[in-house]
Amino acid sequence: MTTVQSAVVVKPTRPWLAKPSQRLQSVGVFLLALAISYGVVAVTPMKGKLAYAAIFFIAFTALDYLLSYFTLGKSAAKDVVARGFIVSGMVIVTAPILSILVTVLLRGYKGIHASMFTTDMRASSMNDPVASGGLMHALIGTFLMVAIALIISVPLGILTALYLTEIRGRFTKPIAFLVQAMSGVPSIVAGLFILSALIYTVAHAYSGIMGSLALSILMIPTIARTSEEVLLLIPPDLREAGVALGGTQWRTVALVVVPAARSGLVTAMILGIARVAGETAPLLLVAGGSDQNNLNPFHGPMASLPYYVWKAYSFGSIESVRRAWAGILVLLVIVLVLFTAARFLSARKGK
Amino acid sequence: MPSATGLPQRRELTTKPRFSDKVFRTVVTTGGLSSLLILGLIFSFLAYQGFSILKMEGFHFITGSNWQVVLDEAGNIDKANTAFGIAPMLIGTILCALIALVVAVPVSVLAALYLTFYAPPALKRFLVSIIDLMAAFPSILFGLWGFFILMPSVEYWAKLLHKYLGWIPFFKMEVPVFTRSPFIAGVVLAIMVIPIVTSISREVFAQTPLDRVQAAYALGASRWAMIRAVVIPYGRSGVVGGAMLGLGRAMGETVAVYTVLNIVYQVNWHILVGAGGNVASMILLKFGEAGAQEVKALMGAGLVLFLLTLLVNSIANAIVLRSGGKGR
Repeated sequence: MTTVQSAVVVKPTRPWLAKPSQRLQSVGVFLLALAISYGVVAVTPMKGKLAYAAIFFIAFTALDYLLSYFTLGKSAAKDVVARGFIVSGMVIVTAPILSILVTVLLRGYKGIHASMFTTDMRASSMNDPVASGGLMHALIGTFLMVAIALIISVPLGILTALYLTEIRGRFTKPIAFLVQAMSGVPSIVAGLFILSALIYTVAHAYSGIMGSLALSILMIPTIARTSEEVLLLIPPDLREAGVALGGTQWRTVALVVVPAARSGLVTAMILGIARVAGETAPLLLVAGGSDQNNLNPFHGPMASLPYYVWKAYSFGSIESVRRAWAGILVLLVIVLVLFTAARFLSARKGK
Repeated sequence: MPSATGLPQRRELTTKPRFSDKVFRTVVTTGGLSSLLILGLIFSFLAYQGFSILKMEGFHFITGSNWQVVLDEAGNIDKANTAFGIAPMLIGTILCALIALVVAVPVSVLAALYLTFYAPPALKRFLVSIIDLMAAFPSILFGLWGFFILMPSVEYWAKLLHKYLGWIPFFKMEVPVFTRSPFIAGVVLAIMVIPIVTSISREVFAQTPLDRVQAAYALGASRWAMIRAVVIPYGRSGVVGGAMLGLGRAMGETVAVYTVLNIVYQVNWHILVGAGGNVASMILLKFGEAGAQEVKALMGAGLVLFLLTLLVNSIANAIVLRSGGKGR
């Protein structure tokens, strides 16, 4: 019988991974730092979460520095300290986001009830128990105003993007500059502009359409910039193929470029909606605000979700603040859904 | 008409655009110029409405520190006693925005470094999307959260600052009123601008030439040594641009500042004392009970704010574009 010699399987080495002893050391440093922070807070008069965090950070960094200094050398020790700062920077950036999400969820859900989506506030005051009245008028207002703003801004935004990517005429640089400048216009200035240009001169009254116009000033740059980015991603081959087949530029853009960028353009619209859905200041100036359903954007003041939250917050009682959190929760859910939809669309495009 | 050989006749070759293309180009160019039109209209209408007040006050509109409206019996403005000067609010605007930057920029740069060079890919995707999400949060949400959740903690930090660093002029206080101070407004604004500064810095850091990064590693640099020698010199100007974009955003913020700041019409350099304001929130505050003349003055204030943010944003975008980012 012959013996079959088994092939020697060489285990791949991974020198960049930490060895068990190194892992043990870092766990030890972590625990020691934790112990030091508890000890210092217990002994000295420093109190509070801030003290724990600060002492833990200092102790952890110092111990880690010393450990690496003696095992690996000076430059490794510096590297370790830098990593400590960089990671804690990331933690500090993430903490408020999580805190905001958790707070809104915990405080908002108490004010949520089914009938709030089918009633308005004409029969109840902000100070009434949360179960009476609702924010249907605010939802309708936000929906109508954002929809009209979308109708105004989508053509202008996409035309601007097409100019920047397809025509590239002599105004390309100035327009790119102006669009960027426009995205920095403070929202209150947009409100003041509509107030000065239309309400004091022509309309002399608050209405939903004025709110939409103010919102579209804020929406156009968002849509234009996102669409521009999307259109730039369309390969030039497609445009050249369209022209080579005898199409005019107009037919190439309408039948080839825009359809190819469709989902990206939808993403641009969604991001535009998310940008303005929570705008408060301009609507306070130009759309007024009301307590009842108003389906006519051309007549009478119109409520909106941010206005509802603002008013409920200003009342300051326990019940009204609960309403405000519920309103914020609804607003946040809308923004989250829009945002996830945009992510989903652009992720699918990437695959 | 087919020729004798059955081939179609030669078409005339021309580079002249067709009629449909001319229409297309005109329409698109007109649409593209809409941003110019809108910005021009904003400027001219605010200037037109605010003109009488700006003319009356002159340069004093920016440097004066009083805001009072006195009407005579006919309802016209009493020019001797009326004063419109937005200096306190202008200073407040800049002060709050600068506090925001001092808090936000270091943290954002560290976070951007983490996202570019440290984070595992899956975690990076998640963190980038929640930071983008935070940029889309409505400002009233920051206002409410800042007022109810953040304010108690920040007040405590303010007390610590006063206790240990009280000798710095900015942290002095004559009256121990810590609530609703510019410092708190600055921290809330900082949280609002963190997503902007972080994502711009990340974009710029990600553009660092790979050959230089690898050259640094090949020479035996640790990750931090590489960042210090390659990434920071490369990305410095982009970070400055991102910070200025954040400055522009912080200067124009209305509702979040209005909810957390105690708006008092006086020049206040002591950032821990609970009195301050900014131009945007002052407009919102005074608008409710303003008479016709005062509204004109508010339009003038809006014009100043518009020009200020326009200036800051333009410089910022120019810097960001030059250093490889996409700008906002």
